[in-house]
Amino acid sequence: MSKGSPISPALLAARPAPSAPQVRDVVPAVQAGAVRGPNNVVAPTQMLGSAAIVRSLEELGVDDVFGLPGGAILPTYDPLMASTKLRHVLVRHEQGAGHAAQGYAMVTGRPGVCIATSGPGATNLVTAIADANMDSVPLVAITGQVSSGVIGSDAFQEADIVGITMPITKHSYLVTDPEDIPRVLAEAFHIATTGRPGPVLVDVAKDAQQSTMTFSWPPRVEIPGYRPVLRGHAKQAREAARLIGESRRPVFYVGGGVIKANAAEELMELAELVGAPVVTTLMARGVFPDSHDQHVGMPGMHGSVSAVTALQQADLLITLGARFDDRVTGVLSSFAPQAKVIHADIDPAEISKNRTADVPIVGSVKEIMPELTAAVTDAFAANGRPDISAWWKTIDHLRKTYPVGFTQPEDGLSAPQQVIKRIGELTGPEGVFVSGVGQHQMWAAQFIKYERSRSWLNSGGLGTMGYSVPAAMGAKVGDPDRVVWAIDGDGCFQMTNQELATCVINNIPIKVAVINNSSLGMVRQWQTLFYEGRYSNTDLNTGHDTVRVPDFVKLADAYGCVGLRCERDEDIDATIEQALAINDRPVVIDFVVSRDSMVWPMVPAGVSNDLIQIARNMTPTWEQED
Amino acid sequence: MARHTLSVLVEDVPGVLTRVASLFARRAFNINSLAVGPTEVAGMSRITVVVEAEGDLLEQVTKQLNKLINVIKIVELTSEQSVQRDHVLIKVRADAATRLQVTQAADLFRASVVDVAIDALIIEATGTPEKLAALLSVLEPFGIREIVQSGTLAIGRGAKSMSDRALRSA
Repeated sequence: MSKGSPISPALLAARPAPSAPQVRDVVPAVQAGAVRGPNNVVAPTQMLGSAAIVRSLEELGVDDVFGLPGGAILPTYDPLMASTKLRHVLVRHEQGAGHAAQGYAMVTGRPGVCIATSGPGATNLVTAIADANMDSVPLVAITGQVSSGVIGSDAFQEADIVGITMPITKHSYLVTDPEDIPRVLAEAFHIATTGRPGPVLVDVAKDAQQSTMTFSWPPRVEIPGYRPVLRGHAKQAREAARLIGESRRPVFYVGGGVIKANAAEELMELAELVGAPVVTTLMARGVFPDSHDQHVGMPGMHGSVSAVTALQQADLLITLGARFDDRVTGVLSSFAPQAKVIHADIDPAEISKNRTADVPIVGSVKEIMPELTAAVTDAFAANGRPDISAWWKTIDHLRKTYPVGFTQPEDGLSAPQQVIKRIGELTGPEGVFVSGVGQHQMWAAQFIKYERSRSWLNSGGLGTMGYSVPAAMGAKVGDPDRVVWAIDGDGCFQMTNQELATCVINNIPIKVAVINNSSLGMVRQWQTLFYEGRYSNTDLNTGHDTVRVPDFVKLADAYGCVGLRCERDEDIDATIEQALAINDRPVVIDFVVSRDSMVWPMVPAGVSNDLIQIARNMTPTWEQED
Repeated sequence: MARHTLSVLVEDVPGVLTRVASLFARRAFNINSLAVGPTEVAGMSRITVVVEAEGDLLEQVTKQLNKLINVIKIVELTSEQSVQRDHVLIKVRADAATRLQVTQAADLFRASVVDVAIDALIIEATGTPEKLAALLSVLEPFGIREIVQSGTLAIGRGAKSMSDRALRSA
């Protein structure tokens, strides 16, 4: 497009050009109840844009923010210092602020807020923003931008962060007029927290922060193109109930959306009414209690045989807030080949994206599930309950025959699964468990028993190594009365452990279990299985019989944390108990474990879920099943 | 793959075209043409985009576009129920010997001559992609020097306006 000529009004230009014939004005679309927070009314008051940012956050009900100042956001850090309502946690790296805000949002259900400066500060947030986008985490990222007059001139610390994050945000704003600040922030929080939650970026030019504006509250929120559908279609609920009434092999395929919707109770009611097996995906662990008899495990690449097979052999998938991710489905064309699909999701674009839905229901699962419960009750009353006892016999057989388990390593070192299992058992279901990404993540999903929503946090969609420590920090800030464990790997831990300093200085006593197998374990597992054991660049030299660089106990000590090391099975319980007894500062435990332990079961990439392996080259025997 | 014409009503705010265009790139949807401009409603622009997609993919295109906050409404315009036009400017060689032949050819297509030089003409034509292709093939023997063409513009037939319901229900 040629420079300067107004061929498309404002579409690419920074400022809207006066557009041609204007017959009508836009009908205002003020959305009632769209502004979050305690709903104070503030009469017009003069203040700087920077103060307006802080004041807006206060009025939106924000308590805690995570950030790190720099030139372009400096004006805002001045009124922030004076705020008595906002607690700002100064991180050591902006990525830490982003993941902390995610962890905060995941445990509280309220939006996480992170703040960074322009350029590198903003680009350091990118990974966390992408992570929040993949896992539907309500996140508001506020970044400083260079002054509007120099935008586009490659100014010092300038980066087009709105452009950079466009594909990984739910929405984004560049604010150059300070009068827009309250409205834009209110809209950002509204968009981040409603519908399918996600990250919203608000980039504020430095001169907008430094200029005077008139603040009033609440602002007028007008988003004509944003109207999430919450209520499912009643006809669809009846159609779904009809399918449930006819199904002999139904399965509840439950995803993270049910946690986001705070709909664990509604799920329980529906699931117990239908009586079908329930699988909870990696993002949904805990939303349906592991101890419940109907829970048959986690599906997917490292799911339990019972959960994977239940989906594969089902004649009906009751899909709730899940998105048929490739890690769940394996090769899509061979996934659950006999199943009809009921798919309830708040994001219409997820429905029939990967797997065509027979009964699509667009809306919040919080509203859809009670309607389904009512419709199923009617259907059962009219036509009787279907007999699914044969189905349960099959599932129970699989559950008993192929429980998720592990073998003791041959090298004499502890089994990582045992360490993680004991952390879960000794801490109990009231704890919060936050993992990094890799083998330890899968083991933490498999071997800790989750009984409640928001007790399991991980980076599921993006698979961000380094998520654990900062997300655990944010979780502890959001829910300080709970025991919060970062269950991390030695690879992941080295990516973001600088936030231990933040935890120590701000009295955020998380517990970090480094499951130290001295390698990038998941990659190493793939090298063992698929690259003839050629261990290209996966050795980290942090473990047993190595140079131990770094020494995690010394590192913990350097940060002012308690550092513990556990190298023998007989010390596992005592070490965990010692860590549980310390509540005045963070604890880091170096659990030295075997590097040869592998994550099983496994569906190798690129094959059907029917080819699930319970151990290397071992597939379950299927002949007993119908 | 079949071509489908989508009319996308958007808020006239900075970056909206980038959002739409990058969505197509990111999700690997093919765009055949794209045209954008203001509408009868202040603050609203309309993007006409011709996509190569059908079935589930076309549905995904529409749903993903709908997720963009600045997108107000999307309608598919079929060739039967809408008027669809491309616009082209063609610079063609024409000297004293051939000028008359070129202008006659233009007349046959109801195209107009908008600039004349000693050795060239600029012809402006509007029509369906097929008609414009036919015009180009007729002019081709004279020597085409330059072509510049718009994306397809499309508007639904009848009295209904795309912006009516979109704004009322907002």
